[in-house]
Amino acid sequence: MTHVVTVPDSTIGRWEGAIEHSGDVRLVRVCREGEAWQVAAGLYLGGATPVVMIQCTGLFESGDALRNALHDWKLPIFSIIGYRSYRDQAKLPGDTCLVFTEPVLEAWKIDYRLVTDPSQLDVIREHFVACREAARPGAAVIAE
Amino acid sequence: MSATAGGVGRIPLVDALRTLRAARRDDDIVITTMGSAREWMRLGDPHPLDIVLVPSAMGHGTSIGLGLALARPDKRIIVCMGDGSLLMNLGSLASIIAAGVRNLVVILFDNGVYEVTGLQPTAGASGARGGRRPVDFSAMASASGFDSVHRCGSTEAWTREVSRLIDSPGPTFIALDIEPVPDGTAPHSPGPAPDRARRLMVALGVR
Repeated sequence: MTHVVTVPDSTIGRWEGAIEHSGDVRLVRVCREGEAWQVAAGLYLGGATPVVMIQCTGLFESGDALRNALHDWKLPIFSIIGYRSYRDQAKLPGDTCLVFTEPVLEAWKIDYRLVTDPSQLDVIREHFVACREAARPGAAVIAE
Repeated sequence: MSATAGGVGRIPLVDALRTLRAARRDDDIVITTMGSAREWMRLGDPHPLDIVLVPSAMGHGTSIGLGLALARPDKRIIVCMGDGSLLMNLGSLASIIAAGVRNLVVILFDNGVYEVTGLQPTAGASGARGGRRPVDFSAMASASGFDSVHRCGSTEAWTREVSRLIDSPGPTFIALDIEPVPDGTAPHSPGPAPDRARRLMVALGVR
């Protein structure tokens, strides 16, 4: 992984400091999630290995951009998707992110792994490596 | 800095692109979209570092250009896009500056309409704004932080100044006032996109 292209949310946004201090991964901040997929597309075409890191709400917003990058151009871009309201349903009772996140991932034919507990963090690495080796897109969905 | 390179009026799209085609360096990556892609393909054989962004997600030429500029600081990236496209992705101007890239040139082909769908005015055009002034994209680019911002409205001025403008310290934004093409249609894909992606990466020496 060379670049993380991101719009933060309250969970994955807190990873920014660690990414910035990692020394070998560059953080790229964009204004809206659709941009993230296409910036990542340009990075991949240029020889980099980007990861898109956004919340599920941004996934909903960015459908055409990811469709074009992942399916028209068949660029194997990996993503980390924050799954709002999966663990904490008290803050936003009735949040429809629970209704739509996984069906939308399936509709866009994104092979994802759901990570609901810190003990599963290896799942992210294993899925990232498997997708990279197979040159296909994939996602790790982080329960929030 | 904002500067007017000269000319008052509108440049025929094909003239603007022919001038750019003559001025681009052999190692420039040139991204074309929508109407500019259609006319670019008619001007001659494709260059190995051309990206005809068809099919596209409209408005994302600047975003792909930003990604390439980050991945390939050894190359200059030239993005050709229309005003309707840029209106869909105005935030990308801020993203470009935040990323700190210097090797990116955005050329706006501002014709005030959605050309390929039948010349409907964009929300930025005077005709859709009750006669108010059209959106000033150069001012937007300047306010976003582009180091070099230029505007040009005549074939003569663009032909005379093109090399100086695209060689300006980047990131660079150039707004060209362009004549709409009355029967301009959506561009046809020049071939399967995944194959073209692979060829580009080979040309760039990656993967």
